[in-house]
Amino acid sequence: MNGIDVLGPQISVLLAAGVVIIADSLFPAQRRILPFVALAGLIAAALWTTSWVSRGDYQTVFHGTIALDRYAVFFQYVFAGVTATVVLASIDWVNREGRRQGEYYALLLTVCAGLMFLAGARDLITIFIALELSSIPQYILAGWGKDTKSSEAGLKYLLLGAVASSLLLYGMALLYGVTGSTLLPDIAAAIETNGESYRGLLVVAMTLLIAGFGFKMAVVPFQMWVPDVYQGAPTPVAAFLSVGSKAAAFAVAVRVFFEALGADFLSDDWSMIFAVIAAVSMTLGNLMAIAQPDIKRMLGYSSIAQAGNFLVGLAAISVTGEEFTLGASGILLFVAAYAFTNLGAFVAVIAISQKINSDKIADYAGMWKVSPFLALGLAFCLVSLTGIPPTVGFWAKLYIFNAAVRADLVWLVVVGVLNSVVSAYYYLGVVRVMFLGQPGTEQRFRASPSIAVALTATAAGVLVFGIVPAPLMSAARDAVEIFAR
Amino acid sequence: MELSILIFLPAIAAAVILLLPQRLEQQARWVALVTAAAMFVLSVQMFFQFDRDAGGYQFVERHRWVDIGAFNLQYLVGVDGLSLPLVVLTTCLTLASVLVSFSVTHRPRAYFACLLVLASSVVGVFVSLDLMLFFLFWELELFPMYLLISIWGSGRKEYSATKFVLYTIAGSAFMLIGILVLAFDAQTFDIERLAAAEFQDTLLPLGWVFFLLFIGFAVKLPIVPLHTWLPDAHSDAPTAVSVMLAGVLLKMGGYGIIRLCVTLMPEVAHDWDAWMAGIGAFSVLYGGFITLRQTDVKRLIAYSSVSHMGLVLLGIGALGSTGLTGATYQMLAHGLITGLMFVMIGLMYERTHTREIARLGGLARQMPLIATGMVFAGMASLGLPALAGFIAEVTVFLGAFQRFEWAVLASIVGVVLSAGYILWMLQRVMFGPVRHEWDELSDQRHWWEHTVVAGLAALVVLLGVYPALIMDVIEPAMTTLAARLQA
Repeated sequence: MNGIDVLGPQISVLLAAGVVIIADSLFPAQRRILPFVALAGLIAAALWTTSWVSRGDYQTVFHGTIALDRYAVFFQYVFAGVTATVVLASIDWVNREGRRQGEYYALLLTVCAGLMFLAGARDLITIFIALELSSIPQYILAGWGKDTKSSEAGLKYLLLGAVASSLLLYGMALLYGVTGSTLLPDIAAAIETNGESYRGLLVVAMTLLIAGFGFKMAVVPFQMWVPDVYQGAPTPVAAFLSVGSKAAAFAVAVRVFFEALGADFLSDDWSMIFAVIAAVSMTLGNLMAIAQPDIKRMLGYSSIAQAGNFLVGLAAISVTGEEFTLGASGILLFVAAYAFTNLGAFVAVIAISQKINSDKIADYAGMWKVSPFLALGLAFCLVSLTGIPPTVGFWAKLYIFNAAVRADLVWLVVVGVLNSVVSAYYYLGVVRVMFLGQPGTEQRFRASPSIAVALTATAAGVLVFGIVPAPLMSAARDAVEIFAR
Repeated sequence: MELSILIFLPAIAAAVILLLPQRLEQQARWVALVTAAAMFVLSVQMFFQFDRDAGGYQFVERHRWVDIGAFNLQYLVGVDGLSLPLVVLTTCLTLASVLVSFSVTHRPRAYFACLLVLASSVVGVFVSLDLMLFFLFWELELFPMYLLISIWGSGRKEYSATKFVLYTIAGSAFMLIGILVLAFDAQTFDIERLAAAEFQDTLLPLGWVFFLLFIGFAVKLPIVPLHTWLPDAHSDAPTAVSVMLAGVLLKMGGYGIIRLCVTLMPEVAHDWDAWMAGIGAFSVLYGGFITLRQTDVKRLIAYSSVSHMGLVLLGIGALGSTGLTGATYQMLAHGLITGLMFVMIGLMYERTHTREIARLGGLARQMPLIATGMVFAGMASLGLPALAGFIAEVTVFLGAFQRFEWAVLASIVGVVLSAGYILWMLQRVMFGPVRHEWDELSDQRHWWEHTVVAGLAALVVLLGVYPALIMDVIEPAMTTLAARLQA
């Protein structure tokens, strides 16, 4: 019984995936209910998670390989919410595409289940398998479109993803070789006792892990797949990649680095590596984003820059004392803020690009007059991505930069803040085009109900947590308490 | 309670205006007028209720806002002798801006809503006593300004609006780092507690922190060489926005330097005092010379603002109670005088549709009332005794003379220049041979035009002949600050 209870969320999601596929083939006439089956599975998962929280029953299960702690709970909520939003945003696109609808939703749900496993995994093997479970459906989804661009995106993502997975596996193998365990706490204990003598090997293992995770996070220099895949993949899938897979990479990276590799002599090294990667990602991502005429490519490069912001939290580990986990909680806050913001932006882009059949920023001219709701929603999310108050993006940046200031990384904060200014140029450039440009057509259009629900929910999150950020902040802080020393 | 009303009343009114049905859209101006008038009355009432002998922050409101570990943010507002007059100035010029906008018919709902949100955020900047709240309002002001300039402006309006926003964001980005470093060291965002804190081993040397904050405010003030956004923003902004921009937004810079740089880091301010005075004097002079070369009336007044705001920095650099009082008084005087000047230029431009000095001339014949108002504003601007500007300039010079004789002498040259460019401008625009192409144009005639011109002119005279009315509020606060600076 215990096992079912612990894996309840994953099981409900996978069950929904199975039902969706079977229902699709048995009742092809009733296809419009498929997304709602998927949503029901996700809601069931969220409710199951809530029932744990209300029982306060935090524990580790399956010989310590899966943890059921506040940290896992936080991410399970995030993943369920992200997937639900993507399902909502996909409905129109899938209906128009017409084919293999059941498989599409089933793959989305499978990714979600993989991500949920990842949230609680604290064993290297479990981590790797969960990561693959979430990755392989994503490769398929990236190539889901009918055009060659989408196929190219899928293939590119698959090949580079395979390389990244193998790097990760090498890193894990080395780590196991040095410490003799795959369980994160045991690794930490082994490093504590005689890790110093294997420092060289550990640094190599760590570098390989960073490379593997860096690919999923989409940080420089592992970012080259991002713009092509974002542009080529169907837009709802790109939205999913930009938020879900990035969040998962950070979820597992924070756990591995804080729980297993938190020893002082190692953390000095990786905090420095992360700081440099963060600075380079922000700068390159922003500079490249400026020149993009295509909004999906622009969002792709901007997601590289945003990943740099996340990394500031990992770099800020050298905070001592009770604030040791400040950087980690900053990452969680940023994940939540970014999920609301970036999904909102993508939902608006999905709706707009379906109407105008173009992803060119220039074609967004005068969107304010054509569809005020979508234009306003997109503008608000872009403002939040820039980090201007009163949006949740502002608080996330503030919180994470504050952690960096406390960790003596003022130089990194300076880089980050200057980058925010650079990013204002292209984010607000889109806003300017939408509000001040002349529309090509006077034909007004409305967003479909599913898009309207998705955009309202995300934009409301951006605004509400922009004014009252405290609940989100305390959730993030509670979640990382398990790493406190 | 009063301060919260001042912040939130215009925001709520803006929402009401946006919700007006289409057929009532021309009535938006009345909602805005009633709101602005109510704000003005309330702030004047506060001005007289303010206890001049007690000093310190009054009308304080304190609520917990975000209270998570390292973050201890409060909704904390209050006014003292420095901020109260600036709040009154803001509400006064908001009222003036609404009045001069009475003829706006292009998307009036959005326009008046933006204007009111702008007023709300500027009041918020002046009354916030929590650094993060201050920063929030500081950024919030960008949204309405961007829209106001880029939608209702003229000329290269989008370019100017974008330039304005990027300059300010760049400045405030530096400011944010400074704020974080200070708040981290003192473990609080409360300005009053920060002022009492001793900063030790901050993450950055305190001098750098001072510099970071100073840059943020200097962009707004603006000082030479960070001033180039100002003429562009002014020349492309609609009249009411020019009034708000010159009248109150520039003052946010001066206010920030006094409230944060000088109050929180007095030792560093001492190290930098000669620099501040020098930059101030240089801005006065440089602004004066550049102004002489302008061919567009609005750009001319914009550059003269650079010159006049240099005096504020000179007064602050003196770091004495007289200098600081003079600087504050100069902010008020400049707000009213330049506000009036932009109103007059706006009235003229509404009729002639050009601001090119070479195309104007002899307008005093066709529009005598507007000419009178503009000559009056010009006289006030060049520092004619018995008007507000004179008192302010003299106080600044008195305060700075003992310490920075050279800077004062240089600034006096700048003041002489101002007489030159103002008189020359008036002569070319209002006097000289009559141009018959303007014969058909009407003079100032609507009640709102009369009200705003007469009202602002009366205040300029009032501040010129009875300075004690306001000095008595400013000076105790500045004396307390100066005493801390000497210690």
